[in-house]
Amino acid sequence: MRVTVIDYKAGNLTSVLKALRRCGAEAEVTDGDLSLVESAERIVLPGVGHFAATERLDATGLTSAIRAAIARGVPFLGICVGMQWLYAGSSEAPEQPGLGCFAESCARFPDGQEKVPHVGWNSLEVRPNSRLLAGVEPGEYVYFTHSYRAPVTADTAAVTHYIEPFAAAVERGNVMGTQFHPEKSGATGLKILGNFLKWKGTE
Amino acid sequence: MITKRIIACLDVRDGRVVKGVQFVDIIDAGDPATQAARHAREGADEIVLLDITATHEGRATLLDTVRRTARELFVPFCVGGGIRSADDAALVFEAGADKVSVNSAALADPMLIEAIGHSFGAQAVVVAIDARRDPNAADPVRDAQVFVQGGRKLTGRRAVEWAREAEARGAGEILLTSMDCDGTRTGFDCELTAAVSEAVNIPVIASGGAGTVDHFVDVFGRGKADAALAASIFHFGVSSARSLKEELAKAGVSVRLPC
Repeated sequence: MRVTVIDYKAGNLTSVLKALRRCGAEAEVTDGDLSLVESAERIVLPGVGHFAATERLDATGLTSAIRAAIARGVPFLGICVGMQWLYAGSSEAPEQPGLGCFAESCARFPDGQEKVPHVGWNSLEVRPNSRLLAGVEPGEYVYFTHSYRAPVTADTAAVTHYIEPFAAAVERGNVMGTQFHPEKSGATGLKILGNFLKWKGTE
Repeated sequence: MITKRIIACLDVRDGRVVKGVQFVDIIDAGDPATQAARHAREGADEIVLLDITATHEGRATLLDTVRRTARELFVPFCVGGGIRSADDAALVFEAGADKVSVNSAALADPMLIEAIGHSFGAQAVVVAIDARRDPNAADPVRDAQVFVQGGRKLTGRRAVEWAREAEARGAGEILLTSMDCDGTRTGFDCELTAAVSEAVNIPVIASGGAGTVDHFVDVFGRGKADAALAASIFHFGVSSARSLKEELAKAGVSVRLPC
């Protein structure tokens, strides 16, 4: 299982690599070598921090290379900001477009009811037939740390409640994303990464 | 539903886990990597490793210990002690930490909070505050005095105002230690924790004084803590995070179970 991990200098790369390798993946890293994206079998885009950091993907040509890889059917997993990047954009950096796989935009949690950011372990309501979250039982917890989130739509693979329901995971064809950090979510997280690595990309 | 986090804390000196009582009386409590793995296995929601003597002795954070500890850890891992610059932080992240905790260096140069947050995101910056109630202040709790260097040096800052500044500068969380309660196992300082938690809109981790399950119930309720840190309660097999959380669940606290 070979996986190409995108380094855009804003991810917790070490943790993501460690978890993927623990799941049996051969992980390679690119911060601009487009040939690694062109030959990728699977792609993971980690992410923590600010949406504006994804500008680096445009500047290095990675955005176009990833878009082409997704069009070829290469399985893609975006984590946290990496998931948000799959949408049209985010109010965190309105001038910076996302990839636009999903038409909606990400926005900040409303102020005043609970603390923002949403930090900690929260539960998932997994929608039927999710490939990414197969085997995740009701009441299993995953680790979140974020202030922005995507809305619940037909492509939502799991819903989490904080202030209001939001998309904890998204899934359409070969494009998947998690707002939570599977690499930091214990056994549940490793199971989810394992699902991504094992998915053949044809189902 | 978001759960209250139980965080296992490893105070490390010279590569070994130690435990002090009110910042002195150090006793040996094992190997950091082994202890961290055990706590994660036993249900801790997060691990914090604090190199308690790094600032005092001017030593760099023990990157090797961090690397070894992070290797088999798949829950959030925060490291503090001796981080004075964004470059120091970068080395700690590269070694496998998800968050860094800054204390003395942030008080000496509050811009450090912005610098680390800018490169690694606000979620990666935990500002640790060591505070002791000030009986001479108008409000002994809100105006608790902030100390650095393991409680050896007074800063002139007050707990609530410093927590607010840290938030404004982009801190992702506050790790608040009551020096009055630390190591005593007589309970958290719930008034101090609530004062800080209500003053900021970022998570507050309560620390210092954990001894019984009731202390945790109290700090999550009255103390309005988002997470609580425990060290001595776990080290000697007194209680595991899992058994603590099972008791908390019975008391109506929302925790991650099974874990």
